[in-house]
Amino acid sequence: MLAKIHITLKKDVLDPQGSVIANSLKSLGFDGVKDVRQGKYIEITLDDNDKDSAIKRLDEMCEKLLANMVIEDYSVEIN
Amino acid sequence: MKSHVIVFPGSNCDRDIAVSIKNISGNAPEMVWHKETTINTSDLIVVPGGFSYGDYLRCGAIASTSPIMKDVVKKANDGVPVIGICNGFQILIESSLLDGALMRNESLSFICKDIFIKSKNNSSIFTKNTNIARMPIAHNEGNYFVSSDQLKKIQDNEQIAFQYCDQNGNVDNPSNPNGSLKNIAGVLNKQKNVLGMMPHPERAAEKILGCDDGKSIFESFIN
Repeated sequence: MLAKIHITLKKDVLDPQGSVIANSLKSLGFDGVKDVRQGKYIEITLDDNDKDSAIKRLDEMCEKLLANMVIEDYSVEIN
Repeated sequence: MKSHVIVFPGSNCDRDIAVSIKNISGNAPEMVWHKETTINTSDLIVVPGGFSYGDYLRCGAIASTSPIMKDVVKKANDGVPVIGICNGFQILIESSLLDGALMRNESLSFICKDIFIKSKNNSSIFTKNTNIARMPIAHNEGNYFVSSDQLKKIQDNEQIAFQYCDQNGNVDNPSNPNGSLKNIAGVLNKQKNVLGMMPHPERAAEKILGCDDGKSIFESFIN
């Protein structure tokens, strides 16, 4: 089972890297870029077959290590 | 005084702090490799600066899962004084011993320069001797952040240890090097026996280093 995890800064946390990326896109001529938020992408391969228990474990992994819950949000997707 | 310095792969301020502690207290600290599981009876545990585990995932995140950290957390909860400097501060935050988060510097640049800090809380064992002090910072992720609810809590509990300021002690925007909320340079835990700070007092603890203001922080709990 493959889990795909996205970690991004919370909406109310300033993302200076995102702002710099947005400015660079604009300077390349990509008009209409309103806002950029960047983050991390992690793939985890599990030997789990049960989706519900996998999601429970992945939530725990995110909260304990993969994301910093003070400043980051995460989302888990399972294929 | 019995003190211990934790050493992780990538620690690089461990020997500097050991020299400072020996000079000030007369006793060399015991160096403890991160794979150990217990620390002997201690009057002070130091989590030093560096780039533990190459800053993988987030600064301090991997080191916080090292075997020795369980005992550091236990001893901290038992009241043993613990100080984390720079990467050590990041590790203590990732270990949930201190509140908040240390984000990338607002400028997105690594900053290495002398700054001034002043103690906000003169009642803790670490801060009681320090008024305004000059010492270097050297970090990429020192931008302190905490949610507004949590900020109110740490303000009410007087957990802000140090704030960046100018040489006269004015806490203002130009003296904030990295975008930290409220110019916060160091915080204490609720019980005030754990201190985390981004500036490096061990790099300013002898006249030969150009400045010995950092000594006051060590002297406050060593003497």
